This record gives sequence, C-alpha cells and structure tokens, in this order.
Amino acid sequence: MSAIVLLVLGLGGMALGYFFYSRFIANHIYKLDENFKTPAHEMEDGVDFVPTNKFVLWGHHFTSVAGAAPIVGPAIAVIWGWLPAFLWVTVGTIFFAGVHDFGAIWASIRNRAKSVGALTGEVVGKRARAVFMIVIFLVLLMVNAVFGVVIAKLLINNPGAVVPVWGAVAVALVIGQLIYRFKFSLGWVSLIGIIVLYALIYVGPSMPITLPASTLGLSASASWILLLFLYAAIASLLPVWMLLQPRDYINGLQLFVGLILLYAAVLIANPSVVAPMINMNVPANTPSMVPLLFVTIACGAISGFHGLVASGTTSKQLNKETDARFVGYFGAVGEGALALAAIIAATAGFASLADWQAVYSAFGKGGVLAFVDGGAAILHAGTGIDAAVASTMLTVMAALFAGTTMDTGLRLQRYIFQEWGEIYNIKWMGKALPATLLAVGSCLVLAFGAGGADGSGGLLIWPLFGTTNQLLAGLTLLVITVMLVRRKSPTIYTLAPLVFLLVMTLAALLLQLKGFYDQQKWFLLGLDVVVLVAAILVTLECAAALKAEKRKAAEAE
Amino acid sequence: MKETLSKFKFWYQKAGELGAQYYNAPYRAAIARAKREEDDMFMLLVFSEMMGVPNPASWYCLELQPLLLDRFHQWHQRMGMEHSPLDNFRCC
Repeated sequence: MSAIVLLVLGLGGMALGYFFYSRFIANHIYKLDENFKTPAHEMEDGVDFVPTNKFVLWGHHFTSVAGAAPIVGPAIAVIWGWLPAFLWVTVGTIFFAGVHDFGAIWASIRNRAKSVGALTGEVVGKRARAVFMIVIFLVLLMVNAVFGVVIAKLLINNPGAVVPVWGAVAVALVIGQLIYRFKFSLGWVSLIGIIVLYALIYVGPSMPITLPASTLGLSASASWILLLFLYAAIASLLPVWMLLQPRDYINGLQLFVGLILLYAAVLIANPSVVAPMINMNVPANTPSMVPLLFVTIACGAISGFHGLVASGTTSKQLNKETDARFVGYFGAVGEGALALAAIIAATAGFASLADWQAVYSAFGKGGVLAFVDGGAAILHAGTGIDAAVASTMLTVMAALFAGTTMDTGLRLQRYIFQEWGEIYNIKWMGKALPATLLAVGSCLVLAFGAGGADGSGGLLIWPLFGTTNQLLAGLTLLVITVMLVRRKSPTIYTLAPLVFLLVMTLAALLLQLKGFYDQQKWFLLGLDVVVLVAAILVTLECAAALKAEKRKAAEAE
Repeated sequence: MKETLSKFKFWYQKAGELGAQYYNAPYRAAIARAKREEDDMFMLLVFSEMMGVPNPASWYCLELQPLLLDRFHQWHQRMGMEHSPLDNFRCC
C-alpha cells in the first residue's frame, strides 16, 4: 500500500477533528467565552503572565510537548503492524489528546492559571495531589533515564551524528551570546545558526566519532550515558539564556524543517508500506497488543506530560479563552503529525518485508533506529539528499529532541528536590548543586540499576514510562470531568477517554508485573508496584470525586 | 515597486516581531525574574543608602573582606595613596 494513503488519511482525519470535533467541544462542552478575561490579562505582570499571540503560543506549546517520545513510541509499536499504531495515533489525537490538552488549558485558565497539580488538590482532594507529585516525579525520572539511553544508542549507531549533535550545543551557546551580549538581530542569527547546524550535519558523516568499546570497564553505551548526564547537569545549572533558550529555539526551527522535508519526501517518493497491516507473526516474547499498544504510544496519542506544559506555562500566556482551541487542540495535532511521520518512516522506509522483519526481530529492537533508517531511505528517495546525510539529519533531529527534554526534565526534577528541601526543612537539599546531583543520581540509579553495567535501564522501563504518563493524563482528565459535572456540562467526552485509559493502564501494569516476576527483574518489579499503587489510588479517587460531585449536583436540584 | 518594497518591509518586520516572541516566550519568565531580582537588590542598596538605613549588605560584605584585600591594596596604590585610607581596613 502507498504511504501517501496513510499520510492523507491520517492528516485528513486530524484536520477534520480540528475543524469539527474541537469546535463542538469548544462550543458545547467547555463553552469557551471570547469575553472571559484570561489570567494573562487579569494578572499581567510582564514575567509569568503575558498575553501572547496565538501562533507564537502554539509554536511554544508544540515544541515544548514534542520530545523524542512521539518518535520512540510509534516506532516501537509498529511491531504489531501498521494499522493498530496508525489507528491509535489518529483516533487518539482526535478524541483523546486534543480534548485532554485543550481541556487542561481551559481548566487552568478558569482557575487563575494554576498548574494541574495544584488544581487536583483543590478540585479533587489532597490525597490525589500527593499521588500527583509522586507520578510527576516518576515521569520526569523515567523521561531522563529513557532519553539518555535513546541518545547513546543513536550516537553509537550513527557515529557521524556525534559532531552535529554536540556541535548544536556550541551553536546554541554562540547564538545566546550573540543575541544577549552583542545584541545581534534575531533573524540573521537564526539564519546563520540553521546554516551552521545543517553544515555540521553535512560534514558529520565524514568525521565519525566512536568511543572505545571499553573505558575504565565501562561500555561505549555506558560512557555516553554518563557524558550525557554530566552535560545535562551542567546545562540545567547554567542561566537559561546561555544554553537552554537558544537550544530550544534552534531545535524548534529544525523540527519544522525536518517535518516538512519528511512529508514532502513521502509525497514525491511515494514509498510502499512493507510492514504487515496487522503482524500475526510477532517475535517471541512480544507482549500482547492489548493493552500494551495503548501505553507504548503515549505521546502522539495522549500524554499526561502535555497537561503539565498546558497548565504550567501555556495557560498563563493565553490571550483569549477561544485561543485555547487552536493552541491546545492544534498542538496535539502537531504532535500526532510527528507520530504519523514516525509510523510511516518505520513501516515504509524499508525495501522489503524481510528487511523490516530483520530490524523488528524482537520487542523494542526497532524503535528510534527504525525511524532513522526508514526515514533516511524515504528522504533519500524523495529529495535526493545523500543517504548518510539524511540518516545523520534524522538522528540529529531525534537526539536534539531527547536532549532538550533531558535538560528541561533535569531542571524540573531539581526543582522538585529543592521544593522537598524547603518543605521538610533540609537546608542542603534546597541548594541548586546538591539538588542537581540528587536528580542526576536518581536517573543514573534507574539507568544502571535496571539495565546493569550497560546503563540501558531507561529503555527497559519504556512501557512503564507509558503507563505513568497515561496515569498523569488520567488525573488531568479527572480534574476536567469534575469541573464539567459542576458546570452541568456533558461529561462523556472526557469520562470515556478517562475510563479507557485507566482500564488499559491497570491491565498493562498487571501484565508487566507478571512478566517482571517471571524474569526475576526485582528492580522493575518494585517500580511497577509503586506505579500500580498510584494507579489504584487514582482510580479510587476518580470514583469518589465523581460520586461526591454527582451527589452534590443532585442535591442542588 | 515602492509599494511592494514597503509591503515587504512590513511583513519582514512582522515576522521579526513574531520570531522574537517565539524565541523569548518559553523563557521570558525565567529571564525577567532574574532581571527583577537584580533590580530588587539594586533598589535595596540605593534606597538604604539614601535613607541612612543600615545596609544589610555590609554584613555580607564583611565576609568578602579577605577576598577583596588584594584588589583593595592595588586600588589605593593606583589612587596615589601609599597606605590604606581607611582606619578599619588596613592592608599594608
């Protein structure tokens, strides 16, 4: 089958979702009001609360939520065939992610732009808030550990990408200095930055760098992971204008260029999807598609992390309440489009079914490497870019995404430690450096504790990341649903995704629990139990909060 | 031709403004906060100096004395004073 059909159906479906379904939700469920004074206006302070142009805010929201996850998840999940992944990404984006992200912004602006965590405490209860803090911490921990492994894998598999990936850090540092110290115009700086970045991508393959197979008894993968965490720790301590801000910016520009190129290449080359529609012949030890599909693809279908961004920063900058539809729902569509590109690359970028099966020889084997290899083949066929350069380009795209998410994730984790330091009056923990060391330390414990000397623990826990992330999405949907009950709006549009998510998450956790026990992976078993307990608590809180709200509503009548 | 040029200028300017907003939006808060903290510190120093309120910063400056000693010594020599002009701050 032609990949163009997938592209047209997927993007067409999401476009219809945006034009019709999101309008219905905006008008009849959230009942957006153009005259509602948003917190950006009501509490405008020039720092956190600033009314922002909706296109700019969309760009900010989209690049903040788009990490490596919408690439990694779908590229692993196509092992069950292209159809399930395709359906979950399109249906998930239209009916789950769009409603969730859009709803998170709406719920937050209706409550003085509070974050979902604070909202859960107020709307649902204190217990739910405590669970929320634990779930957020676990999500950040897993994101950092997972992405460390993903980047290390990419750099080992494509040594030509080492120069551009680390070169991008230097480019960002120079851009930051040029803009803030030397007051250069942003337009020229961006243009030169992008040209230098792509020049590095072009020369990268001719200057491959590989680490020795063993350094001080550490494998190349373990050495890269340690180096990456060292970098992330330094990056998270530097002032944001020096590295994080210009890095995210250049990265965002590269995302737009990369996505446009990839989609254009699909349209020109018209590759065929070689992967089976539904893979009946999955490799041994591949877990059952239901429920694992729904937690393997988290970002790209629905992701709790989006709720954190939506209520954390986006809601404080929303100019008009009606902009929430464009920023939130269309932001989810952008992420869905990235996930769709990952599915096409990982299923249509191979010459034959045998080639595809050779890559997908075991669960978790395909992943981001399949995206890079498949996507590079499509790019080469469609645009004529040299295969090695195309492969480096996609590697850099995935690695930079994972890298910026790691920088931010580590910074956020550090804040959580500092906050705990203040709450429990542990003075040394409130300081930046020890808190950063604790954050890095906990990630390393996870990477090396679960993965052994190789440091690959991050990838083993990928499905656990999915479940934890879905729990977070569940909590956000719960807050929205409770608010809808209070406003006497129909709740089915948020309640149905909530119930579906909780059922799939609990089933996946139980299934994994058995798997970890059978394989005697005690570390993962412990982590699974923590997530499971959190999931059960969330479910109970959901039931109790909704029951209480419904009773109150009935009494009021 | 002139009209096209001015139109182009307008769009370039508009794109530049949106680009700057896109660059700044995610980090505006962190950078503005850092600047505000600096301003607050400056305000505190100037205001206390002006009103004759004992400056809390001098307490912290005491800790800096050993670190400043070398530079202070070089400073007063450059200023043409052989010895420290301050009775309570003797460096040589």
